[in-house]
Amino acid sequence: MLKKNFRMILDFEKPIVELEKKIAEMEEYARETGVDLSEDIQRLQKKVEGLRKDVYQKLTPWQRVQLARHPDRPYTLDYIQRITQDFLELHGDRYFADDPAMIAGIGRIDDFRVAIIGHQKGRDVKENLYRNFGMSNPEGYRKALRIMQLAAKMNMPVITFIDTPGAYPGIGAEERGQAEAIAKNLREMSRLPVPIIITIIGEGASGGALGIGVGDVILMMENCWYSVISPEGCAAILWRDNAKAPQAAEAMKLTAPDLLELGIIDKIIPEPDGGAHWDWDAAASTLKKYLLEELRRLVQIPTDELVAKRVEKFSKMGYWKEA
Amino acid sequence: MDWFKRKKGISSGEKKAIPDGLWVKCNKCGEIIYRRELQKRMYVCPKCEYHFRVTSKEYIDYYFDANSFEEFAQNIKPVDPLKFKDKKKYSDRLKEAQKKTGLNDAVVTGDARINGMPIVAAVMDFSFIGGSMGSVVGEKISRAIDRAREKRVPLIIVTASGGARMMEGAISLMQLAKTSAKLAQLSEAGIPYIAILTDPTTGGTTASFAMLGDIHIAEPGALIGFAGQRVIKQTIGQDLPEGFQTAEFVLEHGFVDMIVHRHEMHRTLARLLKILWYAEMPLPANSNNGNGSAEKASLDKATINKLK
Ligand SMILES: [Zn+2]
Repeated sequence: MLKKNFRMILDFEKPIVELEKKIAEMEEYARETGVDLSEDIQRLQKKVEGLRKDVYQKLTPWQRVQLARHPDRPYTLDYIQRITQDFLELHGDRYFADDPAMIAGIGRIDDFRVAIIGHQKGRDVKENLYRNFGMSNPEGYRKALRIMQLAAKMNMPVITFIDTPGAYPGIGAEERGQAEAIAKNLREMSRLPVPIIITIIGEGASGGALGIGVGDVILMMENCWYSVISPEGCAAILWRDNAKAPQAAEAMKLTAPDLLELGIIDKIIPEPDGGAHWDWDAAASTLKKYLLEELRRLVQIPTDELVAKRVEKFSKMGYWKEA
Repeated sequence: MDWFKRKKGISSGEKKAIPDGLWVKCNKCGEIIYRRELQKRMYVCPKCEYHFRVTSKEYIDYYFDANSFEEFAQNIKPVDPLKFKDKKKYSDRLKEAQKKTGLNDAVVTGDARINGMPIVAAVMDFSFIGGSMGSVVGEKISRAIDRAREKRVPLIIVTASGGARMMEGAISLMQLAKTSAKLAQLSEAGIPYIAILTDPTTGGTTASFAMLGDIHIAEPGALIGFAGQRVIKQTIGQDLPEGFQTAEFVLEHGFVDMIVHRHEMHRTLARLLKILWYAEMPLPANSNNGNGSAEKASLDKATINKLK
């Protein structure tokens, strides 16, 4: 189970990782010396499994936020690689630039031709500078819309993967209309005449996430967060103290179970024990299973009905009283 | 100027929607202005033409025909779906804002007229929790859009908002999608929508209905943008250029059609509505819905005469 070369271990993961290390050492020792330690190893493995279940069933919202940001978590391209065939990435918004923080392309998932759109983070400093830490500029949203409209023309369902700390807050982004680009996507996605399946695979912050987040079904992987602002941003504004992010995470109800209860998302996709970063292949295979299920269901719905239901779905969101 | 500073009852207009006091200091040029005069000038500085922030009540007075505004959906009230609490409870913040403003939430919706021409209006109010958009704002804007579509009259939304309301978490984020989806339907029905962007219009409000108008009009000097300036400064680690995210900046970059002085807004809206919707003129043979359609709301005689 333990992937070698983990670059980051979260505090609450430490006891698990230490036990795993110990097991690895004992296995090594047994191999070298021929001493039979299998009983001890088995006992420890059981302990690790128990510990893992224990830790991950009691995660706080803030711990989930940390898992969602785990630098070893699979990103959009990691999933695309594992669930699609013949994927072709397409580039550029045709107005200004290509945005490496947003992936867009076409390919197949088994029997379905699909367009796939997703935020893309980098794994190391160099790649993160290139990917702008998964924060899109207006060009990213415009490229996304261009490929979605291509999908509509070719009658292909659209799949999007949300994983962003937010749309990029920069001077150029404002000059080139970050808000307009996101707003237009919201409007056009609401009436795109093909099925749209949204999955939150990591972080979902604000308009930057929603800019590719309007669809017929909203799935969310187990250890993700989705809200109107990051917990740090919320803490800075309402508590006037960034360090209150854990409290903000609690108050904002940003975890998958909370959002399911509030009617914001439709389904939670379970992750491998300990989180998607422990087993990319298993995480991808579950994701694929869910996507195929939704694809099979959605392609049967007539277009007019599909779009009407999509608008109705978002129209119902909100809580108020009327005297 | 020292004499003025010591004078009683002077207040700066900063942040507050309308400052209290008999005398008001201009945020831009520092001029001390007698409140009565400022009121007469629609809260525009007589010296430098700075547009003060005003509440929904003033915008309704300034932009629409006198006494033409008839409110609807006024009984929609906010709840606290997350039981949200930071330093304060959200439910207490709501109560305080309601008491302070006399409003239920940060938008007022109604039927109104401009030179007799019927419109449906939604006017936001920055004095109610920064004009933030939660469920009630999303629902009332959506109802205004639906009403404009059903009655086949133009829609005008006046924006004054810091963005989505954090205390409703992801629910407030979804109001961006909800209002934008409704605007897609309005657009398909061929009904014009004019967005008037006032100070300030930022965050999720800009990233949804504020940027989806057929016509975008800004008040001079209004702050209009997506990301907050503090956040941008922190991210890029440098100072922001002069005039960044002002109405003039977004005009230069192509995101608003025009900047219109508060004193000219009513007249400009009348001209736009007449050309876009209410003037009776021969149509191109292939025209479908939109201007000139038989399905347009009918005008009374007086209005028709005015248009001729
Ligand atoms: Zn002045």
